[in-house]
Parts: sequence; C-alpha cells; structure tokens
Amino acid sequence: MSTTAIQPVPFGRRLKRFMADRPLIPLIILLVILVVVLQILRPGIVNERWLANTIKFAIPLAILAGCQTMTMLTGGIDLSVGTVATMSAFIMATQVVNHDPAVAILIALVPAVLIGLVNGIGVGVFRVHPLIMTLGTSLIGTGCLQVYQRTVIASGAKIPPFLAWLGTGLTYGVPNALLLFVPIAVLIVLTLNRTGFGRLLYAVGDNEGAARLSGVRYWQVITALYVISSVLAGITGLLYIGLIKAPSLSLAEPLVLPSVAAAVIGGTSIFGGRGGYTGTIIGALILTVLTTLLTILQMPEGARRILFGLIVLFVTAAYLRIIEDR
Amino acid sequence: MTRLVRRQGWVAGLLVLFVVLLVITRLIQPGYGSGDFGSLVRAVLPYAFAVAAQTIVVIGGGIDLSVGAMMALTSVTAASMMDGASEEYALFVVPFVLAMGLVLGAVNGMLIVVTRVPDIVVTLATLFVLQGAALLVLGAPGGAVAEWLRATIVGTVPIPGLPEISAWIPKALVLLVVCLCIIWIPLKRSKLGLSIYAIGSSELAAFRSGVPVARTKIIAYALSGLFAAMGGLALTMSTGIGAPIPGPYLLASVAAVVLGGVALGGGKGGLLGPIVAVFVLRLVRTDLTLLAIDPNVTAIIEGAIMVAVVMFGAFITMRGRQ
Amino acid sequence: MSGRTEGGAVERQQERFWNESNAILTTNPLLDATGVVKTYGAVVALRNASLSVLPGEVHALMGANGAGKSTLVKILTGAIRADAGHILIRGEARDVRSPADARRAGLLPVYQEPSLIPDLDVASNLCLTDTPVEAFRAWVRELGIPDLDIRDIARDIPLAVLRVLDLARALAVEPDVLLLDEMTAALPANLAERVLEVVRRQGDSGRSVIFISHRFVEISALCDRATVLRDGETVGVVDIEPGVEERIVEMMLGARIEKTQRTAHQASQAASPRDSRPRLGVANLRVGTKLNDVSFDLANGEVAGVVALEGQGQDELFAALAGSIRPSGGTIEVDGQPVKFAHPADAIRAGIAYVPGDRTEALTMQRSVRENIALPFSAALRNWGPISMAQERSRVVSAIERLQIDTRAQREVQRLSGGNQQKVTIARWIAAEAQTILCFDPTRGIDVGTKQEIYKLLRELADQGKSVLFYTSELEEVQRVCDRVIVIFGGRVVDVFPVELADEPALMRAAYGLPRGVKVDVGILADIHSSPVAKP
Repeated sequence: MSTTAIQPVPFGRRLKRFMADRPLIPLIILLVILVVVLQILRPGIVNERWLANTIKFAIPLAILAGCQTMTMLTGGIDLSVGTVATMSAFIMATQVVNHDPAVAILIALVPAVLIGLVNGIGVGVFRVHPLIMTLGTSLIGTGCLQVYQRTVIASGAKIPPFLAWLGTGLTYGVPNALLLFVPIAVLIVLTLNRTGFGRLLYAVGDNEGAARLSGVRYWQVITALYVISSVLAGITGLLYIGLIKAPSLSLAEPLVLPSVAAAVIGGTSIFGGRGGYTGTIIGALILTVLTTLLTILQMPEGARRILFGLIVLFVTAAYLRIIEDR
Repeated sequence: MTRLVRRQGWVAGLLVLFVVLLVITRLIQPGYGSGDFGSLVRAVLPYAFAVAAQTIVVIGGGIDLSVGAMMALTSVTAASMMDGASEEYALFVVPFVLAMGLVLGAVNGMLIVVTRVPDIVVTLATLFVLQGAALLVLGAPGGAVAEWLRATIVGTVPIPGLPEISAWIPKALVLLVVCLCIIWIPLKRSKLGLSIYAIGSSELAAFRSGVPVARTKIIAYALSGLFAAMGGLALTMSTGIGAPIPGPYLLASVAAVVLGGVALGGGKGGLLGPIVAVFVLRLVRTDLTLLAIDPNVTAIIEGAIMVAVVMFGAFITMRGRQ
Repeated sequence: MSGRTEGGAVERQQERFWNESNAILTTNPLLDATGVVKTYGAVVALRNASLSVLPGEVHALMGANGAGKSTLVKILTGAIRADAGHILIRGEARDVRSPADARRAGLLPVYQEPSLIPDLDVASNLCLTDTPVEAFRAWVRELGIPDLDIRDIARDIPLAVLRVLDLARALAVEPDVLLLDEMTAALPANLAERVLEVVRRQGDSGRSVIFISHRFVEISALCDRATVLRDGETVGVVDIEPGVEERIVEMMLGARIEKTQRTAHQASQAASPRDSRPRLGVANLRVGTKLNDVSFDLANGEVAGVVALEGQGQDELFAALAGSIRPSGGTIEVDGQPVKFAHPADAIRAGIAYVPGDRTEALTMQRSVRENIALPFSAALRNWGPISMAQERSRVVSAIERLQIDTRAQREVQRLSGGNQQKVTIARWIAAEAQTILCFDPTRGIDVGTKQEIYKLLRELADQGKSVLFYTSELEEVQRVCDRVIVIFGGRVVDVFPVELADEPALMRAAYGLPRGVKVDVGILADIHSSPVAKP
C-alpha cells in the first residue's frame, strides 16, 4: 500500500510525471523550435529589433493571461478581460483630454473594479458558472462603453505621452514596457507561491469542499480574485493603448482568446488547482511568435482562431490524460 | 390537475407574463398591431432556434457555448453559397447547411465523449474553431439569399374568410412552430427523448438503466447543431446576408433556458418554456425601444436582465442542491 | 506469462469449491464467473474472484469492507470491464460490456442507490428500461405498496419505496439472475419482510438470486450457499447450514482472527477527575429527520467513541458539530459558551476540527503535503498576506514528524498511500493546534500499521488535554482508543458506556437499539461479533 512511491515506474508514466512536475522545459523547447522555424522561413528575421517587438506585443497578452491563470487555478475563467481592458483604455484616452493623466487613469480603473466585483459576487455568491458570468458582464460593459462613447464623441481622445513611451519605447534596445511588466509578474508569482491568498486559490480550485472544511470562505476568495483580475485587465488596457495608439471599442477583444490559450499552454489546468504564472509567460511568448509565424505564412485571422481553439482543446485533453494516469 | 399545474405552472406563468407585456406594449404604443407582431416574431426567429439548440443540450445535462458561432458559420455558409446562384440552388443549400449543423454538433458531442474534457471547455474550444471557420468562409458581412427563402418569413398566413385572425399569424411564426415541432414532438415521445432527460437527470442512474450514455449525448449535441443551423438560416433569411461575427446568442440562449424553467443541471423542463421566455425577453426589448430609450442603453438593460436571470437560476440550482 | 499457473490455481480452487459444496454436481451453473481480475493503477481490487450460481438458488456474496464485493458486482453487471477472467451465462461465454448487455443476458442488479432516473416519473422510467407495466404493478402490490401512482416523479418518492420499486422493476422482466445489493438496508421492517419473502419465492421458482448482505440473520434464513471474498480473492464457497457462520467469519477475516487478545485501553488518568465544565456540550441537537434529540458532553482530555450502524444520524451529528450543516434545533456549547456555526470557519475558530472519513473530502490532492497541512493557516482573511516560510516549515515539519508521514512523495498528496494521506488530514489539525478533533472513521481502508499509529496518536492528544470525538465502524477500535462510548440509534443516543463495559457484543446489541443488561437473543449476530473475543 505504501509502496506506490518507490515502485519502479514505467518510462511513459515517468515522462508524464516529469511533464507534470516541470512543464517549463518542454515549453521552452517548443519556443526555441518556433523561433528556429521562423528563422528558417525568413532568414535574418530574428534580430534585436524583432526580439524587442515580440516582447512588446507579448507583454499585454501575458498580463491578460495572468488573469486567466489566476481564475483558472480556481476552476474559473475570466472572459471579461478584453472588455475591461478596452473600457479602461477608452475611458482613459477620452478623460485625459479634460483631466490630469493620473486622475484619468483612476477614473478609468473604476469600471474595472466594478465589473470585477460583479463577476466575483456572481461567481462566488450566486455560483453562476464563471464563463457565463464574465461573458454577461462583458456584454453589459460593451453596452455601457457604447453609451459612454456617445457622450464623449465631441471631446476627442488622446494618448498621454508617457503611456506611449511605456507601450512602444525602447531604452538601450530593451522595451520600456518591462518596467511595468516585471513588477507585475514578480507580484503575481509571489502572490501565488508565497501568500495565503495564493494558497487559497490553489486550494479552492483543487477541492472546494476540502478548503471549506479548512475554514476557507469561498466567496471571499473568489470576489477578491475577480476584482484583482479585472484591475490587472484594466492596467493592461492602459499599456495596450500606449502600444496600439488608436482607441477603439474593440481594442483588446482580440486578446481574449489568446490569453486563455496562453494560460492553457503554460500548463495551468482549466479544472483548477494546478499551474503557475511562469509557464503562462512562456505560453504568451509562444503564441506571439506563433502569430508572427502565421502572419509570415499569410494565414488569415480565421485560421488563427481555429488553431487557437484546437490548441485549447488538445492541450486540455492531453492534460486530463496526465492527471488521470496516476 | 394539481400535477398539471405544478408541472406546467412555470410555462403558464410565462405565457401570462407575455400577454401582460403585450398589453403594456399596446398601452405604450396604441398603434402596436399585427404588423409589429410580425416583425417581433421575425426578430425572435434566430433567437428561438438558438434557445432550442441550447435547451436540448441543457436538458441532457450539458451546455453548448458554440451555439452562436455555429449559427454564424451556417449563416455565412448559406449566404455565400447562395450569392449569385440561382433561386433553385437554394433548394440544395438549405438541406446542406442543416446537415452541416447536424454533423458539426455531433462532432461536438463526440469530442466531449471521447476526450472526456468537460462540455464547457470543449464547446468553448469549438466556439473558437467555428468562429474562425466562419471568418474563413466570409471575411466580412456579405453574401445573398434566395428570394423565395426570404419570402417564407415575410407576411402572414392567409386564412380564407378570417383576415382578422390571419393578420396575427405571421409566416415566421408558422415556420418556427413547424420546425420545432417536427423535431421536438417525436423526440419527446420517443425513448431517445427519455434517454436525453435521463442522462441529464443522473448519468449514473441512466447508465445503470441501460441507456447508452455516450450515444445519447452525441445525438443531443447533433440535434443542438441542427437547431443552430436552422437559426443560422433564419438569420440569413431575415437579414439577407451572412455575418461571421455572431450576435449575443449564447448568453441570450442560456438566459432564456433558465427563464424558461429548464434547470441548468439538466433533466428538467421542456422546449415550450424557453421559447416563450425568448419571446418575453425580445418583447421587453421592443418595449424599451418604444419608450424611446437609446438602443445602447437597451442593450445594457437587456444584458443586465439576462445576467440577473442566470444568477437567479444558479441560485435556485444551488438551493435545490442543499 | 503466468497465465498457466494462474489457471492452475483457479482450477485447484474450483476443485476445492466443488468438494466443499456437494449439492451442485448435478446441475450446470446459471452464472459462472472465474478468475476475474481488476486493477486500478497500482491498486488491486480483484485478484482472482470467482462466483458460480446454480439455477434456483439464493446465493450470498460475502466479504469484509474492501474485499471486492462491489467491484465484482460492477463487473458482472457490465458497469466496468474486468482486466481478465471468464463469465459464462448458461454455459455460454458472454462479454458483458454494459448494463444493457447484462440485462439482455438476463442479469439484473438492484443497487443500494436506486437507479431510477430522479427527474422522470415512474412510468417513463419503466418505458426507458422496456419494463412491462402490468407485471411491474403486480410486483409492486406483492411487495407491499398498494397505492403507487406511476405518474409520480421518482425524486418525490421516499427512498425506501424507491428501492422497492427498483426491485419490482427488476422482477417484472423476469431475470434469470437477480443481483441484490444490501436490499433490506433502509427498508422499514414490514417492507423488508415482504422483500425477503419475494426473494425466497424467486429461488423456489427456479430463478437465481445473488444476495449481498451484512446481516447473518437474513442470510441464514434465505440463502442456499455463500461465496466469501477476501482481499479480492474468492476464499471459499459454503453451504448455509446451522453453525456455518463461524466458518464464514473465519474466511472473511483470514489470518486476522488469530490476533492476540487485545488489552482494553485503560481509561486515562487525566480524564478521570473530570473538569466541571465540559469542553463540548451538546444538548437536544436535531438535524432534519436524521438526528433527533442528541445530548452528550465531551470533557477535556477525553476520547469519546461514537458507535452506530450505517445511517443512524452520525454523519449529521459530525457535520453539525463541524459547522458544515446547520442543526434544526438544540444547542452546542464550547467551554460553557453557546455557539452557532454557520460555516466550518466558525467551528474552527472555536477550536473544533473535523477529519472526514473520506480522505478525498479533506485533501487538495494535487498540492503538496506541506500546503495541505498549512491550509487552515491561510483561511482567515487576515492571513491572506505573505507567508513566513520558515515559521510555516517548522510547524508543518513538527506535525509531519509527529505522525511519521512518509514524505518521499510529498510533492503531491495523491501520490501518497492511503494511510499517509489519512495522516495528513490529521496532521493539519495538530499543526493548527485544534483543541477538539472530530474524527469520522479515520481508519477506514488503511493498513494495520497506520491504524495503530492513529490509535496511539489519538490517545496522546487526549493525554495532552485535547478532546476527541471518534466515530468508528470497527467496534474493536473502541476499546483501544476510547474512554467512553456513545451509542446512537435512530438519531438518538441510546446508551453511554464506560469503556470497561464496552465489549463488542454489548456495543453491537446497543447499536441495534437493544437495551443493555437484558440478555436478548440477537441470534447469530451476537455470536459473530463475540466469537473473536470468546476465543482463548
């Protein structure tokens, strides 16, 4: 009975266990392969400028994928991140015309907090499935944004220079966006591994009943989580508009699906309880490189969506096999 | 009698609510008449099929997030096939698109059964895939539709000698009722229909009762795909084009299913409730428009109602479980 | 590779069966399963099980918990597939792949949980399984339910009636082999009697019944032969005749019966001069219909045992004390202060920790041993911040050492053995320094060594002044661990024993609701449970 841990395990299972324990290594290998393929298809494309560009575009995706990672750890998902990012970007760009940038940013983050709060209460208290709940709030959010757009249509929009600097600028060839991203990434990783809240995310996602018996109040954890997720999405929106420089009503919408895919590729289980943020970051890099590759191959947007959908499905199915085989 | 009331009470209540809303509509807009009712039904048509597609899967204990994407794909397929083609060609297009829905739905079901990934994740993935496919078929809204197809949902069914009544029977309503009944009534009376309720109610008990769970699940998703394809066709028929980006059919379908008295856990409810519910939800929208509320605000209110309904439904399910 | 030898073993074993049961040489068995093997990963559920049922016999399938009865039943009825083995029905090899296949082969089970679809009415349920309605109605009347409306939804029908309906549905299709799993459990006496009567007649009419039960009274009254399983292996087939119970028990327990006479645990000295104020005071506690009016005290430094048959309200009692469910009446006092628990967090704040019997309910299986043990530390809102890793490590490590948890596979709790997993569930509350621990059957399904460690640990905790409420389904544990025994029957406390008096026959009588002191004849039942004690 107690020998399961020391019995010799077949190679296949050992490999699976290795993959489950160290998901980063195969991911990094995959990333390198993609870069090599890119270099073969377009010799010379992989240079310093390309690298900086890839990182710039991977960062907003990586932060949104961070939202997905944290919500997925609890067995949830946050599909409202695209709308929230778009909202805060659009509101900031229009408010900054009349207000100080700092005030505009604060105003821009208010709807993010509100949407996160509604998501959290819907999921944590009413137990709506997170997918449905966040889809619903994103629908409402989009409606609100459209109404808001009418009220500010005359005043115009602009992007504060420092956001453009942060979004697109380079310092000694290093993207300035890392100034924002590195602290956020460190904070997420530390939160997940070294704080009580992080522990609870894993615990709730792994076995909600067990967490409850240990005294964890589900609704508190979930509400806090979705608020955090929304605020992160709002910050991403601010960064993203500095990168894209054109406020629109569907600014960050195209990032939603890749953000889910990045977290799934990064080894976070969509069923909860397993995963981490470092894998997600690499997942975001992989997807960004993959997008470049698909663009070079002149794959249309439709094909990209199909590919991402298939990735989510197959990675999840493969994951299930790894977990079940133990 | 009391049993009938208990089982159909929810649907009856919805019908009463619908009539009350009609009366309110009349009060807001005294001129609201048969013509407006006709356009209401035309607007409801794609939603009603989306709801039917969702209902059958939810009764079977699942959920189908790809309903809207499936409608978009079938809609653009139909619209692009009929673009520039002859009127007769549409006779081929319609069954082709319906078969496509059936097959893609069955693929959904098979993926769920074979991969054992939860339905919500599988249909999320197929949502992306179908959306991508729709974009590949048609990059931007476009295409065309055969005239006779458009005509099938415009106007009313003439009843000789009774113009008063026939004015209130739009063709679109007849089409909806016929399409739903053709599939639903035989299904409900068959063992297959019982099996779908059975796997939704308790998969273990169904398995032990000898129900082929995997097959039943695949069929439920296939039928859902068929209804979604009907919805896609209805969309093309009413707009005259195909649009690759779907409307908010997913959330609307889930909200109507919940409002229609179908438990999100599965095994309970019928098709009539959700269909009446979708009429109620659309009529609310009409009323808001008639009240001269900004259409964007209407969208917000509508979204809020749907979210509230889903929250209510989840709350009821949770209480029921305790 | 070892197929030949295994086959030989099977044959030898069969030979033994043939010799042991003399009535069967004449007829061919209706159902004949041999060499059935089933493993789940590293866990062997069935090693080498066989079962042979003759036409017209009522055949008991027996074995202790975890012997593999339910696995064998699932294989026979097509719910799961065996890894190896042959199943012959009427001498013909049949590959039973699904319950539907089993039905077609004439094999119908009635499971402990009724398999009627809860949201369909009875008529639809009959339709779903192609059951003739008239025959069903006849059986329902026969089984003692005169006023059934088949338009009733299954969910609205009481459990006992539902089980009878399930049986009637099976009988109505006239199966060759009827498989009854604990059929009389949860049935009121009058229904149970009818059911047994019908089963008996079923045998007389040439059909066979496989009867799974823990109740010797029923088996001796009903069955012709019994197959006994132990550790996934068929260890014997016996004819039911007076006095055979002793042999069945021997077979079920195997070597375990020879264990040395246990020494009754000496009531701890610390507990004797009882605190005037009990640690936990429960008065008139009620939960729905399951728990009616339970009152008792739990002192500091005491291990109080709870003994009850399955489903007598003990689950509800523990859940209510743990804050998992809300009682519908009565009071709970902790250190003399009345408390109300709306959430387990409230109970934990009052120092009450709950260790559920099912480990999977308590553990986050994909997380590490350390995280599992430390989980309660982070639960409260004020502890959501950074964790002091050093401090956490020291608390966790001391708990791990105290319980001697094998930490070679500590990265994921699911890789630990069952016994080590169970230790983790307890270690969590030792690390959290809970004052009162509610242990619900903590030794279920774990190895003997770990059981001993857990007994020792519970005693140590009590000696340190902590209080333990200990429900156990294994009566012999009572004398090893407890200071006092509370017996619950039908949702009420029917007796409280000091440990000196709590021998197994006495406990068993009390658990069946029989009064203490009066020498009541409980038949074979008492003999079974007293036999190991009575042995010199």
